[in-house]
Amino acid sequence: MPLNSRTAEQETPPAQASEETIPNGAAAAAILSAGAGACALGILSVVADGSKTIGQWLGFYRPSGPLSGVTTVAVLIWLAVWFVLSKVWRSKSVNLAKTNALAYFLLACGLLLTFPPFADLLLRK
Amino acid sequence: MQISVRAFVSAIHGLLFGGFFLLTAFGVLVELSRSINAAQPSELTGRGRSLATFYLCVTAILGWAAVFAGTYIVYPWYRAIPPAGAALTGFPQSLLLASSTTSGWHRLGMEWKEHLAWFAPMLITAVAYVMIKQRSAIAKHPQVRRAVLTFALVAFASAGIAAFFGAMINKHAPVKGGSEIHFLKEP
Repeated sequence: MPLNSRTAEQETPPAQASEETIPNGAAAAAILSAGAGACALGILSVVADGSKTIGQWLGFYRPSGPLSGVTTVAVLIWLAVWFVLSKVWRSKSVNLAKTNALAYFLLACGLLLTFPPFADLLLRK
Repeated sequence: MQISVRAFVSAIHGLLFGGFFLLTAFGVLVELSRSINAAQPSELTGRGRSLATFYLCVTAILGWAAVFAGTYIVYPWYRAIPPAGAALTGFPQSLLLASSTTSGWHRLGMEWKEHLAWFAPMLITAVAYVMIKQRSAIAKHPQVRRAVLTFALVAFASAGIAAFFGAMINKHAPVKGGSEIHFLKEP
């Protein structure tokens, strides 16, 4: 890194910094990855409920059944997405309208898929 | 005064971890709403920042403690399959499913709660991270503030729904059993 390179926050004092000069990538990564984790949890819960084979495979801790695997894998997906996005977006500014919309959509999918009547409808139970 | 080990652990899961998570998450919501609607952004002192960081970390830890205790300690007791001919009172899932008037507490309540509850710590951890580490972004980007408030609201609502069903399920088919703990022995 050249000696004269400075981050956006160093160039402008916080009180005077405008919306454009403060990178939002790290915050967007945290928000979007949480949405992805919620969606992963929803998808996995439906898949584990619909397939006996996958349900058994997700029984990481036998006394808790598939719930242990569903939640463990969802948390790992959330952390992995967060790690990758925060690496890529760390000092960048991203389009928050788009990332937020995607995060809300993923969160809504996760909420819907974990709601038993909707999951039963999908699985034709 | 006595309580069974399973009932005691269940109370720690629901009342201590879950209950205090709801309290602290509500505090996060109030602070976010206040900062969004403040006429002028307020600057915290160093001590204020440390306290805010501590508060947010405790909130996230309570959320994770609640779901881990629920999934790995209480839930196995809840879903244990009774041996043939055994009384169902020590087997909450089977007890609820044995009657059409209570089966909904399992089929809707527990099946929703067991997954939905995990949203709360994931979302509140993301909220806490942004509030602790991305203060500049949260102060300067209204969209970040709105997203963080939305996620905190969903975390609170998820925990609230899980807590409601947990309390109602425990009312109809309490988790109990194991050895007894005596708090105050009468003379």
